[in-house]
Amino acid sequence: MAEVIHPEEILVEIDPSNLLPKIMEMKKNGYRLSQICAAYIAEQFELSYSFADDTTYQYITLRIVIDPDTEIPSITELIPQAVFYENEMKELFGVKIQMISMDYENRLYRIKQTAPLGPQSKNEDAKTEKNNKK
Amino acid sequence: MAKRSVIPYGPQHPVLPEPVHLDLVVEDEKVVEAIPSIGFIHRGLESLVDKRDFNQMTYVAERTCGICSFQHGMGYCEAVEHIFGVEIPNRAKFLRTIWAELGRMHSHLLWLGLLADGFGFENLFYQCWRIREKILDLQEMTSGGRLIFSVNKIGGVLKDIPADQLNIILTTLEEVEKEIKTVQKTFLEDYTVQSRLCGVGILTKEQAHDLGCAGPFGRASGINTDMRKLGYAAYPHIDFEPIIHQDGDSYARCSCRIQELFQSIDILRQAISKIPEETDLFTPVKGNPNGEYFMRVEQPRGEAIYYVKANGKPYVERLRIRTPTFANLPGLCEMLKNTDLADVGLLILTIDPCISCTER
Amino acid sequence: MANIKRSPWLLHYDGSSCNGCDIEVLACLTPVYDAERFGIMNTGDPMQADILLITGGINAQNQPTVRQLYEQMPRPKVVVAVGVCACTGGVFKDCYNILGGADTTIPVDIYVPGCAARPQAIIDGIIQAVDLFQKRLDEHHEKKKQKKSGNEVKANG
Repeated sequence: MAEVIHPEEILVEIDPSNLLPKIMEMKKNGYRLSQICAAYIAEQFELSYSFADDTTYQYITLRIVIDPDTEIPSITELIPQAVFYENEMKELFGVKIQMISMDYENRLYRIKQTAPLGPQSKNEDAKTEKNNKK
Repeated sequence: MAKRSVIPYGPQHPVLPEPVHLDLVVEDEKVVEAIPSIGFIHRGLESLVDKRDFNQMTYVAERTCGICSFQHGMGYCEAVEHIFGVEIPNRAKFLRTIWAELGRMHSHLLWLGLLADGFGFENLFYQCWRIREKILDLQEMTSGGRLIFSVNKIGGVLKDIPADQLNIILTTLEEVEKEIKTVQKTFLEDYTVQSRLCGVGILTKEQAHDLGCAGPFGRASGINTDMRKLGYAAYPHIDFEPIIHQDGDSYARCSCRIQELFQSIDILRQAISKIPEETDLFTPVKGNPNGEYFMRVEQPRGEAIYYVKANGKPYVERLRIRTPTFANLPGLCEMLKNTDLADVGLLILTIDPCISCTER
Repeated sequence: MANIKRSPWLLHYDGSSCNGCDIEVLACLTPVYDAERFGIMNTGDPMQADILLITGGINAQNQPTVRQLYEQMPRPKVVVAVGVCACTGGVFKDCYNILGGADTTIPVDIYVPGCAARPQAIIDGIIQAVDLFQKRLDEHHEKKKQKKSGNEVKANG
C-alpha cells in the first residue's frame, strides 16, 4: 500500500480589494499557482485562483465574486505566469482586468465572437431557447 | 550589438505535429524572446455544457484530446462522482488504473518517437511507434477502441477486462519491456543523441516552481509532485514513487519519461495482481449533481484540473478543464530564451505539447 | 490501383482536431500499416503536395490557413477529410468556434468516417484518393494535349 497524501481542499471567499495582498501571501508561503478560472453564475463572475503546494499537496482556492462591470487588478505583476489565464478570462468571459503584463487584446484564441461564455451571449442563449419553446 | 529580427514559427511546420505559432525574436542565431500565439484548434468545448447533460459530457470530455483521452474522461467522472459522493466499485477503480497506465505508456512512447524524429533519427522514431502499436492493440482488445475508448461512466466503467485478457496484457508487457530496454540504450547512451539533448534548454527548479510547471517537465527540474499520490482510482493500493531528476535539461526530461514507462509497467503488474473479483462495475447514481469540486489527476503530460460546478440541474453550470500543456507554456517561453534557433523545434517537443488539450 | 503511374505526395494538416485522427494518420505512415507502399510520401511542403489530408473541423482562425494551403498546392489535387470532425464537425458541431467540416472552406473529394478514424479506413481513403488523383491527372494531360495540337476545344463550363 502506498501512502496517500490528500489534505482537504480549502475554498476561501475573499473581498476583491483584498486580492493582491492575499496572492502575495500565498506566493511568500511557497505555493504554486495552479489555475485561475472564471464562471458566470447568477449574473455575477466567480473567479477562482487556485494554489497548490508541491510537497503537502494542499490545495487552496481563493474566490472573488464580482459584478460583470467591476474592474479587477491583474496579478501578473506578482505571478508572471498568470498571463495566459487572465487573457483567457478576458477573452472568453469579458472579465475586465487592468494592467495585464502581456495583454493579447482579446486575440489569444482569435475567435470571432466576443466573450462567448460571458453575460451577453448567455442571455442571448436563454432568449433563443425561450423562442424555440414558443 | 547584433541585429534583432523576428522569425515566425509555425503553424504548419514539419517538426510540429500540431499547429502552434511562435514569434521568435532572434539576435544572430540566439533566441531572445518567444511569444506564443495559440487558437488554431480552439473549439470552445467548455460551452457544450449548456447543450449536453452531465452524462453526455463524459464523452465530450474524452474528446478533449485523443492521446490522453481515457484520463480526460476519468478526471471528469471522478469530479462528478465526488460531487455525488458515490464510491465506485473496487474492480472499476483497478480497471481505470489499468487503462490509465496503458494510456500513459502509449503517450510516452509516442513522445519518444516524435523526439527522435525531432532530432532527425528516423529509425528510432519508427522503432518507438512500432512498440507503441502493441500497446494500442492491448487497448483495442480490452476496450474496442484504439485511442478513444468511451468506457467511462459516471459511477464506474462500462466494460470489464476478463482474466484471459489480463494475462495477454502481462505477456505483452514482458515483450514491450524488453523492446523499450533496447530503445532506452540508444536514447540515453548514444553519443549523437546525447549531444543534442545534454545541457540544452535548462530550466532550474526555482524557475520551474515560479512558472508553475507540471508533470514530467517539472519533475525533470526537481519538482517533487505527482498527482497520483492524491489517491484517486486504485493508486492507494499501488506502490510507486515519483521519478525526479535534478538537471532540468532535455536529457533529464527524456530519461524521466523513459523511467516512467518502466514505472507504468510496474504499476500495471501490481494492479493486475491485486485486482479484486467483483461483478458490479458501476454504482448507479440518482438525481442530478449539486456542488462543486476541483479534481486533479496526473496525465501523461502532468497535472490536469477538472472543475465542475453543478446546481442540481442535468446541465452542469461550469466545466473547466485546465490541461498540463497550458501550465507548461510559460515554462517553454522561459526555456527558449538564450537557446539556438536550431534547437527550438526540439525544445518545443520536450515539453510534450498537446495543443488540442491546451486550447480545448 | 491498377494504372498508377506517379507517386503522389501527401500533405497533412491538423484543423481543430482532438489529435486522435492525427496520430492515426501518422500511425498509417509508420511501418505497421505502411501507407508508403502505395507510392505516396508524406511531405511538409504544400507546393509539392498532391493529396491534402485534413483532420478536424474548421474554426475562425485556421480557415485562412486551410484555404491558403489548398491554394498553394499545384493542380490537379485531391482533398481527403479524415474523421467525423473533418466531415461534419462531429461532436463539436455545436461549439461556438466551429464553422463545420472541411467542406465549408475547400472542396472535399473523399470522406473518411470514424472517431477516431481507424488506420484501415484512412488507408482505404488514401487509395481512393490515389485513384482519383490519377484520373484527374490523365484528364489534365488530355486537355493539355488538345490545346497543344491546336484543336480549338472550348472548355465546357
